[in-house]
Amino acid sequence: MPAGEGGLPPPMGCAVTNPTSEPPPLYAAREPIFPRRVSGTFRRLKWWIMAVTLTIYYVTPWIRWDRGPSLPDQAVLVDLANRRFYFFLIEIWPQEFYFIAGLLIMAGLGLFLFTAALGRVWCGYACPQTVWTDLFILVERWVEGDRNARVRLWNAPWTATKIRLRTIKWTLWLLIALATGGAWVFYFTDAPTLLGELVRFEAPGAAYGSIAVLTATTFVFGGFMREQVCVYMCPWPRIQAAMMDEGTITVGYREARGEPRGKHQARSATPLGDCIDCRACVNVCPMGIDIRDGQQLACITCALCIDACDDVMAKIDKPRGLIDYVALADEAGTGGLTWRRVLRPRILLYAVLWSGIGIGLLAALVMRVDMTLAVEPIRNPINVTLSDGSIRNAYELRLRNMTGYPRDVALSARSETPLSLELQGVEGLTVTVPANETLRQRAYLTSAPESPANAEVSMPVEMIATDTAGDARAAEETVFHGRQR
Amino acid sequence: MATKREFDEATRTETTGHEWDGIRELDTPMPRWWLWTFYGTIVWGIVYVILFPAWPLVHGATPGILGYSSRANVAADLRHAAETNAPLDARLMRTDIAAVEQDPELLSFAMAGGGAVFRNNCSQCHGAGGGGMLFSYPNLVDDDWLWGGAAADIEQTVTHGIRYEADPDTRYSQMPSFGEMLEPAQIDALVQHVESLSGNPRDAALAAEGAPLFAENCAACHGEDGAGGREFGAPNLTDRIWLYGGDPSHVHASIAQAHFGIMPAFGGRLSPSDIRKVAIYVHTLGGGE
Repeated sequence: MPAGEGGLPPPMGCAVTNPTSEPPPLYAAREPIFPRRVSGTFRRLKWWIMAVTLTIYYVTPWIRWDRGPSLPDQAVLVDLANRRFYFFLIEIWPQEFYFIAGLLIMAGLGLFLFTAALGRVWCGYACPQTVWTDLFILVERWVEGDRNARVRLWNAPWTATKIRLRTIKWTLWLLIALATGGAWVFYFTDAPTLLGELVRFEAPGAAYGSIAVLTATTFVFGGFMREQVCVYMCPWPRIQAAMMDEGTITVGYREARGEPRGKHQARSATPLGDCIDCRACVNVCPMGIDIRDGQQLACITCALCIDACDDVMAKIDKPRGLIDYVALADEAGTGGLTWRRVLRPRILLYAVLWSGIGIGLLAALVMRVDMTLAVEPIRNPINVTLSDGSIRNAYELRLRNMTGYPRDVALSARSETPLSLELQGVEGLTVTVPANETLRQRAYLTSAPESPANAEVSMPVEMIATDTAGDARAAEETVFHGRQR
Repeated sequence: MATKREFDEATRTETTGHEWDGIRELDTPMPRWWLWTFYGTIVWGIVYVILFPAWPLVHGATPGILGYSSRANVAADLRHAAETNAPLDARLMRTDIAAVEQDPELLSFAMAGGGAVFRNNCSQCHGAGGGGMLFSYPNLVDDDWLWGGAAADIEQTVTHGIRYEADPDTRYSQMPSFGEMLEPAQIDALVQHVESLSGNPRDAALAAEGAPLFAENCAACHGEDGAGGREFGAPNLTDRIWLYGGDPSHVHASIAQAHFGIMPAFGGRLSPSDIRKVAIYVHTLGGGE
């Protein structure tokens, strides 16, 4: 644990031996952390980000969006049972999963981009673990008081007051956790319907199970594990080292300006740096670390130490920014933030890749057609000779209607040598494809008895589906086998 | 356990005490939650072994006190499926077979069940796609039927089979082997006449010679015009489909040594509803009448 306080004194020289004969501990107990309240630019920014992200999370499933009578009217819905994903204007079918894959790749590249440019901003501001932990600490502070009161309460015996405060705090946490786990399931089915079912105890077991699991993880991760999730469970702190370099702007301590640290006295023997060793930066840190030790795995760059230090610097009449967003290369100096650091080739490359994929996805979305035709020749048997000597091939057609209303679709076939098209079980060549469904239809192409097509091993044919209302057309190339090779 | 505790100077972490080429391995303690999670998995494992089948024995395994059995679950699923399908099954049997294909719900029910029955019972001879096999098994997707191609005809054929002696209601007919009754030259003439019926290139003189022989020996079953007859399962000789081959040599062989295939009756093996389903399935493969 990087908690620093307590523990063993730093042994000097080579490895030392401790004369005690006690066996080493099997585990390291968690060092409790009591972050102090802080105010300032970054704290305000974090409040805003928390408000926006939590609002998005809790409110999104309740937004309605009209898609026609036979489709759900929930703006954002992952409809696993019917294999559909709805996002406002966008409706994704399983075969269009590349949209999701593209978004995930963009998320990955975006993380690289932001980490290379600004360090762990994701960890510090937007990660759900950070946001909910922040919310839980807010509740904790509201119920039990600020740092000093909480330390006192932690050390106090279990009196009635302590039990009462803990019960209130845990109850509030549990309510938040329940709302969090509850909001999650609303993304997967119609939210108002599910809420009704949930309160009447008629909802499916999977809903209750998911809510229970997510409530428990929110409660435990946000209330008790907190920084342990970041330090022990999350792979990202381990990967981030590869994403950062000397030009990355991240939260750091200007050691040259601050050291040697010490309490300022009127007639000090040695000149001291700007750091008065007030430990404000340590006391506000939700990860329980000392930023003055330098870059470290446990630092999520939440920037609260910047606010805390700036506050102190203002009081002792020194310029702000002893702890600040600095590039590692600039850490030694006292200069301000250098934005030229951001425009490095590496960052530009990430940005180009990121926007390239984004533009590609947008183009795919704009060009997406809501009716498709897939033609699969039935190769068993490859063709059939009919009694008059004509040759017939069979095909399995799949017509997808990705809209919320039924469609009448006329089918036709175009080839160099004319072939006649028939549909199994249908008079004529028009079929009705129900809304939001795939229609499977067996079709036959037949050549005339003495047609030149009968000599062709593989003749190209284009199958065409046209909406009779005229607003969509889909076509696919296939082949006609007049004879076997 | 080490009696002396050694600490690494840089990290202040305890080491294991071993030394390899001057390198000591850190003995970093595990976080407490990790340890409890580890113990939790052990408890979970023990509880699981008590509740569910776990340890393999010579015959089977320890049963577990919950009495869980995946085999029983499958049996229950099958029972549940049969119960769920019972109303549709009953409706399928009530409906006239010719009208089933007009009812979308019944049609999709029959196609799903019929496809499975076909793949299990019919595809071995007739092929997975119903294409049959030249010289052996009829093609079910063309428009030529020996015993009739309406759904009801197919249902009858599947139920009672063809030339299947164990079933008294089986479809039955037998073409004599003319190799013992006619001279080879007469058969050659007959072959040319039969080929001429379906418009194949022919020896006109020989074909004319074969015409009276055809009228005398073949027309009783195949009809005077050679169009066949479904009451006897006699093939139509005027079309372009030849189960046993349409070359003169193949036709010669069929006349001299008659072929007739046997299809088993499925009436005793499949339920009436499964037979109806598979008849509908075959009817929709492309050749149905």
